[in-house]
Amino acid sequence: MRRGLTTGIATVLAGLLAVAAAGCGGDDDGGDKAGGNIELTVDIFGEFGYDQLYKQYEAAHPNVKIKQRKVDTLDNYKPRIQQWIATNSGAGDIVALEEGILPLYMQQKNKFVNLFDHGGRSLQNNFLPWKWQMGVSPDGQHLVGLGTDIGPLGMCYRKDLFKKAGLPTERDEVSKLWPTWDAYFQAGQKFTGKVSGSKWLDGPTAIFRTTVLQNSGAGPGYSFFDKSNNLVFDTNPAIKTAFDTALKFEQAKMTSDMSIFTPPWQTALKRDTFATIPCPSWMLGGIEEFSAGFGKGKWDVAAVPGGSGYWGGSWLAVPKQTKHPKEAADLAKFLTNPQGQAAAYKDKNVFPSSPQAAQDPTVSGSKSAYFSDAPVGKIFGDMAAQVKPVYLGPKNEDVRSAVENVLIAVGQGKIKPEEAWAKAVEAAKKAAR
Amino acid sequence: MSVDLRPTRNGGPPKAAEPQDPRRSWRSRLARFDLKASPYIFISPFYLVFLVFGAFPLLYTLWVSLHDWGLASGTRKWVGLDNYSYLLGDEDFWHAVVNTIGIFVLSTVPQLLLALFLANALNRRMRSPTLFRIGMVAPLITSTAAVAIVFTQLFDRDFGFVNWGLDLVGIGAIDWQGNRGWSWVAISAMVNWRWIGYNALIYLAAMQAIPKDLYEAASIDGASRIRQFWQITVPMLRPTIIFTVIISTIGGLQLFTEPVLFSVGTPNRMDGGPVHQFQTVTMYMFDNAFGHDRYGYGATVAWALFLLIIVFSLLNFLFVRRTGGTK
Repeated sequence: MRRGLTTGIATVLAGLLAVAAAGCGGDDDGGDKAGGNIELTVDIFGEFGYDQLYKQYEAAHPNVKIKQRKVDTLDNYKPRIQQWIATNSGAGDIVALEEGILPLYMQQKNKFVNLFDHGGRSLQNNFLPWKWQMGVSPDGQHLVGLGTDIGPLGMCYRKDLFKKAGLPTERDEVSKLWPTWDAYFQAGQKFTGKVSGSKWLDGPTAIFRTTVLQNSGAGPGYSFFDKSNNLVFDTNPAIKTAFDTALKFEQAKMTSDMSIFTPPWQTALKRDTFATIPCPSWMLGGIEEFSAGFGKGKWDVAAVPGGSGYWGGSWLAVPKQTKHPKEAADLAKFLTNPQGQAAAYKDKNVFPSSPQAAQDPTVSGSKSAYFSDAPVGKIFGDMAAQVKPVYLGPKNEDVRSAVENVLIAVGQGKIKPEEAWAKAVEAAKKAAR
Repeated sequence: MSVDLRPTRNGGPPKAAEPQDPRRSWRSRLARFDLKASPYIFISPFYLVFLVFGAFPLLYTLWVSLHDWGLASGTRKWVGLDNYSYLLGDEDFWHAVVNTIGIFVLSTVPQLLLALFLANALNRRMRSPTLFRIGMVAPLITSTAAVAIVFTQLFDRDFGFVNWGLDLVGIGAIDWQGNRGWSWVAISAMVNWRWIGYNALIYLAAMQAIPKDLYEAASIDGASRIRQFWQITVPMLRPTIIFTVIISTIGGLQLFTEPVLFSVGTPNRMDGGPVHQFQTVTMYMFDNAFGHDRYGYGATVAWALFLLIIVFSLLNFLFVRRTGGTK
């Protein structure tokens, strides 16, 4: 009797679970449709500029239908992909991995299709060498991701506000104004107080990320973590210099204390809140989106102070849970090939990680109408050719946001500037545990 | 006496202990089974659902909390009670507990008091009572996210309506996000706005069940309306008040959406301000489990929250029983 009851409960439970599982997994596996059609799902965040490419691919492959699922920001994308990969279910046939999360998933490379098995080896020359290398596992045996874009740096500035403050407005003169971050600081001092209600730059976080990557690229080639993933936050001089640079602007009250892509930052872009933003190429798309009609013709792009650098960029990977590894790999190859990257650039300003694409006249000769016809293809292309790679550890994002919080708290008056570095070291250690 | 139920060697049926009419025995056994088991079968759906969606996650969370477990990195290592001993000394966790309790007190106490007064007002004779009573639940049917986004804009430091008003009357702008105490007030305002009507409606329903002759008798004795409220209405509502207090405790300690959407200044919304001014326990749990790849530690925080809610519900229960009672 007792045994019978237990078995009965187990049967009912198993039934319930089966129903639940069916309910969860019902609509997202795409599956084969009648007539041998294949549906491929692509998971991205922000803008990748693939809409035209999908149509092109579907026209060339009548049996393939492509569905894109887009999440607005990387921060909102992170928990989802984590769940998909951990549970082996729910992920698209292709997922985008940003440079901050790629090292994390590299630790679980076996959850992704090895693209070397799908003709990946011959593609190496399509990419900047370091971009290619970061998509390969440390042992060199497993190609997890194919590079999409990179974020060569520039500096966006408001021409109209510069004019009001009596600063030069032509982009070449502006670039000459700030060869270094110190010169940029001095230019800021000239600006400050001239235009009421406007600060020199948006906040401490964009400049911190920019300088961390610049200094690390020029110096040791790694930032918060060394290449064996030990936290070197307090011993890497590249970090201390970057932190001091960002802190200097906070102390002088030259920033609006905002963090990029947060709602207050988006609102501020529709006003005269700040005059400059450190600008990786993809930032142009963000400014155009949030500044919209208000900012058209007011913005321009100059060279970034402090030498070469990049910020951001992604890879496309194929999770092993896909039912169509071959077809998904083919689509990923198509989207990341030089022609694909050039087309994506044309659509959404995501700068190609492929040198061939960067040299393509449609990219290198491109101008941005929104940014006063700035020759963005040349500005970012020149920068892209010079950048040096920076190694990011798996816990890079955790440390970064913890330290940025310290800088924001300085702006809020919650942390004294002289205590900021000690607090940042403490926060970094806690975040890296 | 024992019955040998094992099959015999040659595969035949076991020998019955007492010879009986097989049909009658089957029927009586069925009837006995019906009498004893049916009630359990009738109530079983709840328990089965609870088992799958309540008890199993609870125990599984406990299991996870004993591991160093990362969803993104794929690590999974048994660490016993290490997570719990870290939790006890984790300043950030206790900071989040204080935030949660602060916001909970600032939202629950005014919420229930106002709901009580509101219900009392609605219980009077008035024109178009249905309109007012339905109006009470309007905030409840608006989406939490929409409420939180609108309130966050109202409480904006630079361009918010509230600061504009404060400026107008000469108090001066408040940094609603930066200041710990004021951030609690702003978040509590959202919670109160949303839930006062709901609780008022529950109180109203209970008030209408109070016999009218009690009030009549009190009036004849010359008791004022205020006196009647405190001496008749409140004591008669005691079970209802206990119910709302416990429900508010559970909801208040699990506060999540409002502070997350209020957190607009930092890149990571789960931080609740750069120095965690208004990070609640649930945000801390989510941030660890899904933001920082510490699934195991997130589960530990979840269990700590579970225990915290039990303790608080018990305290509230005892408190309300003591103060609200007339015995």
